[in-house]
Amino acid sequence: MTNRSRIPFFFAILLLIAAGISIAIWRHVELGIPWFTGEQKPVWMVEARVDFDGTGRPVLASLNIPDQPPGFRIISEQAASPGYGFSIVEESGDRRAEWSKRDVNGPQTLYFKVQLVPDDTALGSIPKRRPKPEPVFWEEPQATAVEELLQQAAERSSTPESMTRELIKLLQPDGGAQNTTLLVSEANYIDLLTRMLNHAGIPARTADGLSLEDARRRQQLRPFLQIYDGSRWLTFNPRTAEQGLPEHVLLWRQAAVSLLDLVGGDNSDVSFSMLRQTVPALQLAQAQSNENGLGFLSLYQLPIEEQSMFRMLLLLPLGALVVAFMRIVVGIRTSGTFMPILIAVAFVQTTLIPGLIAFISVVAIGLLMRGYLSSLNLLLVSRISALIILVIFITAGLSIAGYQMGFNTGMTVTFFPMVIIAWTIERMSILWEEEGAREVFIQGAGSLFVAVCAFLIMSTPLASHLTFNFPELHFVVLGLIFLMGQYTGYKLSELRRFYPMKVYN
Amino acid sequence: MGWISPFKLNQLGMLNMNRRNVDYIARYNSRSSYPLVDNKLKTKLVVAEYNVRTPRLLQVVRQQHEISHFREMAEDLDGFAIKPAKGSGGKGITVITGRDGDEYVKASGSRVSASFLERHLSNILAGLYSLAGTPDVAIVENLVESIPALAKYSFQGVPDIRIVVFQGYPVMAMLRLATTASDGKANLHQGAVGVGLNIANGQSLNSVQFNRPITLHPDTGLALENLVIDNWQEMLVMASRCYEATGLGYMGVDLVVDAREGPLLLELNARPGLAIQMANGRGLLPRLRQIEALRRPHFTPEERAAFAMATFTSQT
Repeated sequence: MTNRSRIPFFFAILLLIAAGISIAIWRHVELGIPWFTGEQKPVWMVEARVDFDGTGRPVLASLNIPDQPPGFRIISEQAASPGYGFSIVEESGDRRAEWSKRDVNGPQTLYFKVQLVPDDTALGSIPKRRPKPEPVFWEEPQATAVEELLQQAAERSSTPESMTRELIKLLQPDGGAQNTTLLVSEANYIDLLTRMLNHAGIPARTADGLSLEDARRRQQLRPFLQIYDGSRWLTFNPRTAEQGLPEHVLLWRQAAVSLLDLVGGDNSDVSFSMLRQTVPALQLAQAQSNENGLGFLSLYQLPIEEQSMFRMLLLLPLGALVVAFMRIVVGIRTSGTFMPILIAVAFVQTTLIPGLIAFISVVAIGLLMRGYLSSLNLLLVSRISALIILVIFITAGLSIAGYQMGFNTGMTVTFFPMVIIAWTIERMSILWEEEGAREVFIQGAGSLFVAVCAFLIMSTPLASHLTFNFPELHFVVLGLIFLMGQYTGYKLSELRRFYPMKVYN
Repeated sequence: MGWISPFKLNQLGMLNMNRRNVDYIARYNSRSSYPLVDNKLKTKLVVAEYNVRTPRLLQVVRQQHEISHFREMAEDLDGFAIKPAKGSGGKGITVITGRDGDEYVKASGSRVSASFLERHLSNILAGLYSLAGTPDVAIVENLVESIPALAKYSFQGVPDIRIVVFQGYPVMAMLRLATTASDGKANLHQGAVGVGLNIANGQSLNSVQFNRPITLHPDTGLALENLVIDNWQEMLVMASRCYEATGLGYMGVDLVVDAREGPLLLELNARPGLAIQMANGRGLLPRLRQIEALRRPHFTPEERAAFAMATFTSQT
């Protein structure tokens, strides 16, 4: 009977725990929230510098900026250019940073900074509309040469990708094709390649990439060839026909026709410098959570004040877990079921040793005063009320005395919940009268021991990190508490308590 | 004191606290019946309908202003007990055995003034001893005077008999004797002596104090070995009747034997302690399982008591 009725229960708990763990893993993978604190992630800081000379006319400078570059995720963008109006505009898949100013004279410098994280899962944008090959017209005698080359390449290939590779090989000086010399020159090579591919019915375009190396300045963009394979743009090295983007190459310009459009200036030049930084992985995840669809599951969206409150609140289940374990499995007696958690929370604020000293002294002084109160023959409610006021007096007295003597730790008593302390004193005092000092010490020491255990767990950086950044792990805590609620085995303390039974075995 | 392995405990059939709470109290005791046992006043009234007698009720103090009547009523009395109706574990029970001038003599022999008792009543009303700290009522009962045969074993307080009743069957019993350590109270965790009783005939088995086996009463020095309870069957039937009265499947029934009135019910407990197993030197689990496995339970308290006496001999 017992076993059958509990199977659905255990199954539900298993589901709960599995759900908690899998959501946590999912968010770790998707959002990159690190499991541990202090984990660092590399971040590339790339700065584009636009130089030009003003000619006394209104200036509009428009720089193409990266838009979902494959292999990277953008985490921040920022422009630095005093006196200029700045905005980021986006039209038909072309993201541009635009600077504008009415009256510009002399040499000008504009900066645009972008922070990127390497991310192998970022595959680049998928075009909203299916690109079509652009119509190309050739004049004789090029037309014949192009036709011939394309035919040769087509014969050796089966797919757009292999066609592209073969064509690139044919166009190389040592490619073995005679017609290449007629067509190819150093200046028009990449343009020629894209035009030929378009002519062959393969949508192709050029993209500009940037090789990222730590602490390089004045770098220029390198052209890459991109063809559309029916689902996304594939990148090729236009010289070696190597498919795919080399590591640490950022495709700065992809869809746009021009890198820089400048109206009202002369001698424009764009150059890039870059720096490899490390950023705490957590900060990165927080920055990204806004953009990611999973972001709504996290607490990062809340105002900072509420976040810090939740940081504390989310630690409480751990304290509850410790109390449940200590009472159900170990069998430690505490005064008041969850009083240890509240004390542990106060310890988190006060730190352990000053907290312990403050707590014990407040309770000890309170017990002395309660002894006098009991001789006054007061009603319970007014006695507790009086005790609360006395506890506040005691804490104030300890704070002031501690401060005058130069111990700032005296001030920390204020973190203890006064009402709870008053009730603790009341219960301990009654316990003392009824069961003697021994029971008071057992329960008091038990409470403090559990509180210190809960504090030690709650105060580890890992605990606060995990509970706050993976709130779903509380399902696991809940599942464990449910499981403990079904624990019918012997408590550790009972193995000692029932020891005399040994003689009857 | 050493440790005992959980396997050995299991072998002995020792019921532990977690299993008692989950498998017995939570399963067999319905929440709605709790007020019947948690409130001594209600217990008195409900068991009276089932012919279970309790100490005579002298006064019920429900309101603060009624405390003034207490002094008038107590004037003519020699002995009485003040109890919080919702108290637990013997907390807040004050037993007065006699008078010394204006002062009252407690069971422990110490003398207290009438104002002490009034303050005590006021504390009870405010809920100091009640289970959840809720306001309570105080009941004043006639003092129970134990039969000399049993009273001689106990130091000061009245010895009482705890019988664990499972689904109406008395499964285990012990005699609880007050000691100096327990301040005249018959509570085992306060230091009272527990003497296991054979369900079959009411004879003593083992004795423990503070969970340790003993053979002599620490204060009276009397041997606890060959102790026998008279009217044993009657007491088992009485305990068994409380099942019908309350509907609680797993409970502790506390009885006393009054010199004039015979066996009386002191109180019922919906969460009886586990120390009874140590006093008996055997675990409760085999007996509880035996009752659970009964295909055809007995209907009358008499039948159940007879079954228990036949089944739960000292060997099982």
